[in-house]
Amino acid sequence: MSSIAEQSNTNEAHHAHQPARGFKRWLFTTNHKDIGSLYLIFSLTMFLIGGAMAMVIRAELFQPGLQLVDPHFFNQMTTMHGLIMVFGAVMPAFTGLANWMIPLMIGAPDMALPRMNNWSFWILPFAFLILLASLFMPGGGPAFGWTFYAPLSTAFSNDSTALFVFAVHIMGISSIMGAINVVVTIVNMRAPGMTWMKLPLFVWTWLITAFLLIAVMPVLAGAVTMVLTDKYFATSFFDAAGGGDPVMFQHIFWFFGHPEVYIMILPAFGIISTIVPTFSRKKLFGYASMVYATSSIALLSFIVWAHHMFTTGMPVAAELFFMYATMLISVPTGVKVFNWVATMWRGSISFEVPMLFSIAFIVLFTLGGFSGLMLAITPADFQYHDTYFVVAHFHYVLVTGAVFSIMAGAYYWLPKWTGNMFNITLAKWHFWLSLVSVNVLFFPMHFVGLAGMPRRIPDYALQFADFNAIISIGGFAFGLSQLLFVVVVYKCAKGGDKVPAKVWDGAHGLEWEVDSPAPYHTFSTPPDIK
Amino acid sequence: MTHLPLLKKLVIICIAMFAFAFAMVPLYDVFCDITGLNGKPSLEQAQQSTLVTENREVSVSFTTHAQSGAPFEVKSKEYSVDVKPGAMREVMFSAKNNSNEDKVMQAIPSVAPGKAAKYLHKIACFCFDQQPLKAGEELEFTLLFYVDTELPSDVEELTLSYTVFDISERLVARNN
Amino acid sequence: MGKLSSSLWLILFVFSQNVLANSQYNMRKGVTDISNNVYQLHMTIFLICCVIGVIVFAIMFWALIHHRKSKGAVPAQFHESTKVEILWTAIPFVILIGMAIPATKTLIAMEDASKADLTIKVTGSQWKWHYEYMGEDVEFYSMLATTQDEITNLSEKNSNYLLEVDKPLVLPINQKVRFLMTSDDVIHSWWVPDFAVKKDANPGFINETWTNINEVGTYRGQCAELCGKDHGFMPVVVEAKTEEDFKAWLAEAKQAKQKAAAESAALLDQVVPKEELMALGEQVYMANCAACHQPTGLGLSGVFPAMKGSPVILGDVKGHIDILLKGSPGTSMQSFAKQLSIKQIAAVITYKRNAWGNDTGDVIQPSEIQAALDADGEAK
Repeated sequence: MSSIAEQSNTNEAHHAHQPARGFKRWLFTTNHKDIGSLYLIFSLTMFLIGGAMAMVIRAELFQPGLQLVDPHFFNQMTTMHGLIMVFGAVMPAFTGLANWMIPLMIGAPDMALPRMNNWSFWILPFAFLILLASLFMPGGGPAFGWTFYAPLSTAFSNDSTALFVFAVHIMGISSIMGAINVVVTIVNMRAPGMTWMKLPLFVWTWLITAFLLIAVMPVLAGAVTMVLTDKYFATSFFDAAGGGDPVMFQHIFWFFGHPEVYIMILPAFGIISTIVPTFSRKKLFGYASMVYATSSIALLSFIVWAHHMFTTGMPVAAELFFMYATMLISVPTGVKVFNWVATMWRGSISFEVPMLFSIAFIVLFTLGGFSGLMLAITPADFQYHDTYFVVAHFHYVLVTGAVFSIMAGAYYWLPKWTGNMFNITLAKWHFWLSLVSVNVLFFPMHFVGLAGMPRRIPDYALQFADFNAIISIGGFAFGLSQLLFVVVVYKCAKGGDKVPAKVWDGAHGLEWEVDSPAPYHTFSTPPDIK
Repeated sequence: MTHLPLLKKLVIICIAMFAFAFAMVPLYDVFCDITGLNGKPSLEQAQQSTLVTENREVSVSFTTHAQSGAPFEVKSKEYSVDVKPGAMREVMFSAKNNSNEDKVMQAIPSVAPGKAAKYLHKIACFCFDQQPLKAGEELEFTLLFYVDTELPSDVEELTLSYTVFDISERLVARNN
Repeated sequence: MGKLSSSLWLILFVFSQNVLANSQYNMRKGVTDISNNVYQLHMTIFLICCVIGVIVFAIMFWALIHHRKSKGAVPAQFHESTKVEILWTAIPFVILIGMAIPATKTLIAMEDASKADLTIKVTGSQWKWHYEYMGEDVEFYSMLATTQDEITNLSEKNSNYLLEVDKPLVLPINQKVRFLMTSDDVIHSWWVPDFAVKKDANPGFINETWTNINEVGTYRGQCAELCGKDHGFMPVVVEAKTEEDFKAWLAEAKQAKQKAAAESAALLDQVVPKEELMALGEQVYMANCAACHQPTGLGLSGVFPAMKGSPVILGDVKGHIDILLKGSPGTSMQSFAKQLSIKQIAAVITYKRNAWGNDTGDVIQPSEIQAALDADGEAK
């Protein structure tokens, strides 16, 4: 039924060369630009909801003692914050950028599978509605951390687990469909002459990310299915009483979980590799080595998962193997950072807002990389593991890494999407406020972590009090600063100075050869690739 | 242009990876057997020992733990015994059902250090089977084991732990 | 004026106190050889990272300052150099090998299966630790000693807030102590930063680790693995004593155990007055039950049942005693038969049956608890 409606809708749109009007346009759309926008708006909404939960967490941790929420609700907040930020904010944002930009970058008229594209977006809001609704169940929502270790998530959880599992399945299906679409588009839809080694790096990194998604999201689906059957159908995958093993859960989860981490950072590398050359007015240094580095990071991500579980008690040989493999990842990652620096070297650099975010990304992501390298050292990890040092580490790579790259990308392409320049003064305020507050927020976490504060606790010993107050203030400031971003995006969508096709003078790529705003249909006839 | 061949391949990868998640369950057990990961010893009856190392002694201690809600009291008669690798040894355990209902007990063995797990061979063990215990009943069980002569030389002591679970309800759930 | 200056002094005093207390913003060196090794390793890697960071970012910021468009910089044309790229792949590789060598050494030193002088079995449960001195017949639970009033800001927090327990684990110094970790319910993780010991306690399995403490002292840590609602409220406290002091303590602990057994035996013939049971019961309730069932007895809807108006409490006494002695399998409600004395159990049951408007008027005597325990033991 819906496919018939879809068909007629697209036919209509083709006739008019204009989108349908009203709500139906968005519900039935198969246009990659519409779907890209939907993903991005959805992701921003989730970013604000997940951020609001972080504010609850930071408010409770502002002072020692229990003030605002009880520990059980606190655990629900940390769990939901993690799930929403990973699956609701970061991943859909990258999928949104992929939808918007990949067809434009490779000279394709649309994504390869437009109807599946519509589905992969529209099931996502339902997944998160289910997940958020579980908070209102008796006993509250999931409270076992986003890593849902068994048996805390099986025998010792309430019935919201069933909703959680269902929601994760839907998110997984959405991601897999999105990833399949990206692969098919890149492999089959490149304009004539767009050879592999001419692909923009954002496309390359997304291709590799899509393969990671296809490989590991089904594993996550398997893990949640086992949790469900253990809880409700008397299986014992993770229950020692029936011959299972709770540690096996962690192996399966992190076999998904570690590649997942790279799913959230590889597209970021692609964005930064696009922006830095633009504002350095110089070609990206070491294009080929960037592609190889990305591929090797992706391959290595499959053999390092157990570094998340050094304290579970592994044979020393296994600990050594996972330590070495993890350390090895810093080589290709280092190559990337060196390449960016070499790109800027002897360029003609200017500091537009996307470039500011990119520079912040390079410095702060590298900082997160260093703490990652420290965490790889097994004996030291026994001290760092499950402390705020880890929290500091992954927020540096995910907030000042992934999120900053998404903002850089948003500012970079926003004029292309809307045809208007954003308010540069406001955007610069957004950048500087974010930059300062994000470091006030996450930098002291290294100290409290080293001093011995475990993660995921609602209350702490007195020696951590001062730093936690500072962290919370940084948190509130960072949270409020993001409202500026919403204002900038909204104002830019509404109007502003008109921009030409090539918004940034140093930019290269097919996306800058179409008008701004990008017409509803682009590259209906393939472009010439020089 | 048709996208179907590529689409098919990608969907097959997805299904294969979903299956792989479940394949990790038996793979994990194989991996544990090889590396002694998690101190998970075999639940199979071992072969009799034929060789004894005379000039070495290893201390083997025993501990039991009734999991929360399992109304059993399981104890070994001796806390610890010194054995020569390869020499068979018998240790008596007593198990009592402290509740006033009939229960089924399952003991799960675990060995520390983990790397010693595959060198501890059990010829008779109450952990091989589910043990029904009537209300208030006390039974004696024999553990017959030996330590492999190949046990790494740095291991001077090892502990065999039994975690005892009440699986009565699980059996009911499964039979229904 | 006087008020102002005195509050100024107060601020200064509090500030300097805090600065001293916060002087530890780095990993602790700890009190074992291993923890010292780990600290050295941590500092080495940290410094290497700092040096690399400073060099890379110095170059980057130099470019950002000198190769600006506004300064009239003209972009160069180079965009690859195999030589340079091989170089900056190889150099990090060499640095990594430099890091891996000390890391491997420390890790291998941590792996030690030689015979220990003392073995402690550590069992985690929601949300307390249980310690058993293997082969010594001494065992006890160790629970958070911080009061609910301190946690809910009704009274001032003491300096060991959340890092204090009723009964610490007592260990000898200069002896190899082996730990066997397991869990009663979910995964916990036993962590003492001063020993650089952190090991997961997995239900159904045992994990092994060890330490050898160099100095007498009290060492504090916490559970490191999210284990449910009160994960933040199950600290680890270790008191390290000299070998002689430890021996004396162990002997005393054994005696205390016999004494406690004699006391409970004596209790069987006594009738404890209701007031005494209620007072003790409230104490036991706040320490053991209030974390889940709440001081108000209202529980947490959907997770922890309310005590007020509970059918178990208002119902048959036998059923009520049963659930305390056996727990409720598959939930967080565990058996308290081992953790609490018969007098404490009698008191807390009496308290629950008479508090929050549960006016059953029942008074339960320790002898009834013993009778229930005996009946279970001898049933049929």
